[in-house]
Amino acid sequence: MELAELLDIAEEWQKAQKPIRICCCTSTACQPTVSLAIKQALEEAVAAEDLEDQVQVCGVGCLGLCGKGPLVKIEPDEIVYEQVSPDQAPSIVAALKGETSAASKLEPEHPFFTRQMKVVLEHSGNIDPERIEDYIRVGGYQALYHALHEMTTDEVVDAMVSSGLRGRGGAGYPTGLKWATVAKSRGERKFVVCNGDEGDPGAFMDRSILESDPHRVLEGMAIAAYTVGADQGFLYIRGEYPLAIKRLQKAIQQGKRMGLLGTQIFETSFNFRVDIRIGAGAFVCGEETALMASIEGGRGTPRPRPPYPAESGLWGYPTLVNNVETFANVASIIRNGPKWFADIGTEGSKGTKVFALTGQIANTGLIEVPMGTPLREIVEDIGGGAPGYGSVKAVQTGGPSGGCIPADLFDTSLDYESLFRIGSIMGSGGMVVMDETTSMIDVADFYVEFCMDESCGKCVPCRVGTQQMHQLLTKIRSGEATRDDLDRLEELCDVVRHTSFCGLGQSAPNPVLSTLRYFRNEYEALLSDHDVV
Amino acid sequence: MTVKTLTIDDKLVSAREQDTILDVARESGIPIPTLCHLDGVKDVGACRLCLVEIASGSPDRPNRLQPACVTKVVEGMVVYTATERLKKYRRMIVELLFSERNHICSVCVANGHCELQDIAITVGMDHVRYEYVSPLCEVDITHGLFGVDQNRCILCTRCVRVCDEIEGAHTWDVAGRGIGARVITDLHQSWGEARSCTSCGKCVLACPTGAIFRQGATVAEMDRDRSRLSVLMTAREKREWIG
Repeated sequence: MELAELLDIAEEWQKAQKPIRICCCTSTACQPTVSLAIKQALEEAVAAEDLEDQVQVCGVGCLGLCGKGPLVKIEPDEIVYEQVSPDQAPSIVAALKGETSAASKLEPEHPFFTRQMKVVLEHSGNIDPERIEDYIRVGGYQALYHALHEMTTDEVVDAMVSSGLRGRGGAGYPTGLKWATVAKSRGERKFVVCNGDEGDPGAFMDRSILESDPHRVLEGMAIAAYTVGADQGFLYIRGEYPLAIKRLQKAIQQGKRMGLLGTQIFETSFNFRVDIRIGAGAFVCGEETALMASIEGGRGTPRPRPPYPAESGLWGYPTLVNNVETFANVASIIRNGPKWFADIGTEGSKGTKVFALTGQIANTGLIEVPMGTPLREIVEDIGGGAPGYGSVKAVQTGGPSGGCIPADLFDTSLDYESLFRIGSIMGSGGMVVMDETTSMIDVADFYVEFCMDESCGKCVPCRVGTQQMHQLLTKIRSGEATRDDLDRLEELCDVVRHTSFCGLGQSAPNPVLSTLRYFRNEYEALLSDHDVV
Repeated sequence: MTVKTLTIDDKLVSAREQDTILDVARESGIPIPTLCHLDGVKDVGACRLCLVEIASGSPDRPNRLQPACVTKVVEGMVVYTATERLKKYRRMIVELLFSERNHICSVCVANGHCELQDIAITVGMDHVRYEYVSPLCEVDITHGLFGVDQNRCILCTRCVRVCDEIEGAHTWDVAGRGIGARVITDLHQSWGEARSCTSCGKCVLACPTGAIFRQGATVAEMDRDRSRLSVLMTAREKREWIG
């Protein structure tokens, strides 16, 4: 494959596009069985109306507003129909001729669409995730060509460093620095690992990216592999994401067939093979050392760090581990330059962030905003506030490792530091909205119970500590607890946080600590001796 | 070989490059409690009792807690092994262990020869303030010589490591997760059916509590000479049996 060939494919596919495209979301949230039926019905309707030479029906990735799915988008008019059913297909096609459609139309000026900034999700909902040509049509794999032919590995590292990109898996470690470390580490061979073991309750950013734009992730991994000197990559996807696995398998096959993965990529000496590893349902395997143990075929438990994976990872070789969303940013950074990326966001947090907006909110779905966007804008404008007459009480970010942010702190800017300062974390991007009917203790207990179930059992504080925290929270919820129990709970939070082996245990108390910080009165009201001074 | 100097509890000590904090502390007579550590086999840092405080060197940043058994020495490192905070954490970790399964010393075969019991005394854990979890645990006495009582197990995985690293049989492993984690033989067969077991008894020697025992042993006979395990490893590493 040469650049000219790549551009030829892009042009050919652009030409093959018909003037009007009807895009059906075929991602998990829009229930692929229904949306495929819709797609078929639309195709039949187009044929019935004899519009086949002008209208094309295609399956695309996530359109964002998952709560209103199944969604159908008409291009180039950017009309989006919500809650479509197959029997509405004829009327949607008829609307192309100017008739009024029976299907419910979403306002194109809706803040949900206008307030977002799409980098990672730029092609999500626009291209067919099952066709590599459609990704090439929108400029795909050009960044890889550019990196391989026009940049040295040092230049790619420099670009990543100056872009200011930080790991999107949760901890926010500078990506460029990690790449530089792996590039400098000595090893007979090296590995690149993509962490797609997204497990936070309510989070589906990585799933959507993998389902909607799989080649983007592969391209990012390939650029990373070239930069650090790896020839083998592993994509670790959780087993609960069958559609993402299927699409990635297809994408890898297509990439290999076109010479964009495999050996002598773009006629260079760079080889890169990618294999999929499927997670078997353990949350702890999202922790990088446990993930590597799982890839190696061992029991998914964390091991001590240092040595860090960058120095000694898979089978003892230097290994670069990045999250799906991190890799999904790479091609854009190489294509548009690090400065373009660094101009988005805040001083310490660059670029955009994808969030999965769920819970008691009008517009449930997947959004992408620049770092530093105030939380209020997401909840009230993009999310549309609580459904019905309710009001939003708090937002939980960062999953079981994060915390609850009360409504009076909604002006907080969404960046790594600000969220940490108020007792939560950015995390991978789960955002669960709660209204005033939610008991914050129930929320805290939900997450503690989650961590308790997901603890691998290796270290004592996490294995037994989370169990005891859950028992104390249950006691508080039942109204039988005393002030002593609350003290004991706080003491446990302290010990579990500071003595646990890995991030799972160390952050497990966060939901309790943050709700204690902002909603202590709710805890105290439930104590049996709360009136006693 | 490079030699490093560091400070442990305000005492200047020297260490070999590859030493861990635990190695140096032991050599210098500074006690650090441990449970999962066993001389001769790899450390896993699981019990969290050997956590020490490593000075951050700046008043703005808090000291880091690191397990002494897997943390390598660094030149100029300042380590504290027995701060009030550490003592409290250790006491609570032991308390959590006691609350997990059945650790009633008076009815245990290992009474008086139990490292968990010793540690409880060392760290001053004299009562349990948490509700007992008491999960349903099995006792397996299908093996001809030995038995395992999961009720006493603290999941230190010493048995797993001696079996794998010294005996080379890898009969033991861990199954399940969280509070449901159990040490198992082979692919969760009963011990008597575990074909890979060589009946060498190293797991019995390694077990810090009364979880793995020799059948019919009395309380007085539960004294286990664990140094035999490290002697084996040293002999193998230094090839002491040759010539």
